[in-house]
Amino acid sequence: MDNPSQLVQYILTGLSNGAIYALIGFGFAIIHNATGILNFAQGEFVMLGGMFTIFILSFLNLPLVPAIVLAIVLSTLVGILFERLAIRPLKNVKPLSLVIITIGASIFIRGAAMLIWGKDTHALPAFSGNNPLYVYGATIMPQHLWIFGITLLIIIANKLFFSYSILGKAMRACAYNAHAASLVGIDVKIMVLLSFVVSAAIGSMAGIIIAPLTMTSYDVGIMLGIKGFCAVIIGGMSSGLGTVLGGLLLGLLESLGAGYISASYKDAIAFIILLLILFIRPEGLFKQKETQRV
Amino acid sequence: MIKEKRQILIFALFALIILLVPLFLKGSYFLNVLVFIGINTLLAVALNLLLGYAGQISLGHAAFFGLGAYVSGILTTRFPVDPWLALLIAAMCAAALAFVIGFPILKLKGHYLAMATLGFGIIMYIFFNETVDWTGGPSGLSGIPNLRLGPLIFDNDRNNYYLIWMITLGVMLLSINLSQSRIGRALRAINDSEVAARVMGVNAHILKVQIFTVSAFISAIAGSLYAYTMTFISPTSFGFNFSVELLTMVIIGGLGSIYGSFLGAAILTMLPEFLRVFRDFDIVIYGLMLILITMFMPTGLIGGLETLFKIIIGKIKGSTARNA
Repeated sequence: MDNPSQLVQYILTGLSNGAIYALIGFGFAIIHNATGILNFAQGEFVMLGGMFTIFILSFLNLPLVPAIVLAIVLSTLVGILFERLAIRPLKNVKPLSLVIITIGASIFIRGAAMLIWGKDTHALPAFSGNNPLYVYGATIMPQHLWIFGITLLIIIANKLFFSYSILGKAMRACAYNAHAASLVGIDVKIMVLLSFVVSAAIGSMAGIIIAPLTMTSYDVGIMLGIKGFCAVIIGGMSSGLGTVLGGLLLGLLESLGAGYISASYKDAIAFIILLLILFIRPEGLFKQKETQRV
Repeated sequence: MIKEKRQILIFALFALIILLVPLFLKGSYFLNVLVFIGINTLLAVALNLLLGYAGQISLGHAAFFGLGAYVSGILTTRFPVDPWLALLIAAMCAAALAFVIGFPILKLKGHYLAMATLGFGIIMYIFFNETVDWTGGPSGLSGIPNLRLGPLIFDNDRNNYYLIWMITLGVMLLSINLSQSRIGRALRAINDSEVAARVMGVNAHILKVQIFTVSAFISAIAGSLYAYTMTFISPTSFGFNFSVELLTMVIIGGLGSIYGSFLGAAILTMLPEFLRVFRDFDIVIYGLMLILITMFMPTGLIGGLETLFKIIIGKIKGSTARNA
């Protein structure tokens, strides 16, 4: 490490990407815990967040904050439609069918985005300018601070929601045992729908805050989705600290690997970590093994 | 062997039609499309063995297809290796890779398996792109020779058609046989309930790895045939989108149905050729097809047609009974 400022730079980039991966991972965990489904289309919510914001800014000329809110609402609507049209009507389907349906939905959303917005890469303007700050010789864009701040807020809000609000507790009850939850008067269908709402909202927010740094296009969802999946696998399918650590770890390894080993293999690094984790500890790094119920 | 006479008859009829079709075709264009239907059928059958028979998803099958194409392409352009030998080596390479990664990867189930195979497919795609010295990178690998057999050179559509369809028909026959063998029944048991199959004494994990290996082997043969037919390959043919296209072929044809795989391959190969609109919309249509077929026609088009056929037969019988 001949150049310490370079190292700081890689760590910063890694952490900010990692924060995004953690948020995307949250989305996976929330839907998975409510339904048992791993939503393959999770990455598409991330893409939709960024693309909707850019679209609203350029066509409706709204200021940034209302544009972001509207983009989140629209992405969430897509999540609701997906749940109502493709998930709720299913009864007694095989797990393989669920896998195929979420894959189909993910491709469909991506394809529709391509038709509507084209194949070009778009950039969202940074939230508060492009004047970099300097820390130990490394440059931080103000956007990095936004990413850290918003991620932290979402993590706290997420924790508060699931630990203290009635709705959050009801959702956790469903995740634990849907049948028992319905016996105490919780409407499981509403909770499943709500899990899609929350996870689409968090996913699209992640897509919005990262878009000024990395640009966005119709096909960013797949890469971001898999990396978020990787984070949540490391975290043992929870929307808690494990996934945050998983995301940060992945972001760091990826950024350091890209910096010191090879930039062109950056994505391969993430996938190799994913495969290793799946092979060695599919229950997550921080979790005890559970027996499977048949 | 195939036991039922009816099934032998159906296959013989199918093979006969396939072999006679070129006699009635004037232009080379349709023959060319049929050559690609042959390659895609081979791939769809290979994936169907894994997905339809054993119930294990793979979103990385384009990688085995690509591996076959690249190993054959590299061996024949950079080394003086005979194309047939290269085809065999390519298939062995893919099978060996599938065997090695199959052990850990097939312990995973459902979405986890989908993600892992997707990750594998993308890693391979990155390697096809980045190992420029070997593969030519994004600009591709050209100058791959055609296959030859004595005086026959497979450099035109008619010869390629017979070559590829002979191999595809052979693999189809073997696959239909497999479904009626002990292994086929064991695979179906795994598909229905892996735990129950294991309780009944089926070594589920080994069997899944074996079928994965066979599937990769066939996919790599298809890759080699593709490379020799096209004489040029580039990574875009072997990416995630093609894995999804293969998945769509198997699903719309019908899980576990070998003729369904042909139907799916034929439809997805012809649509973009004959419907110009389809080229822009392909990915949307694939997504929609996957959702709709899985929701409303879980046995695919072949299964749907069979049900329809039975209903019509039932109606006819019913009405003749009433008239009599």
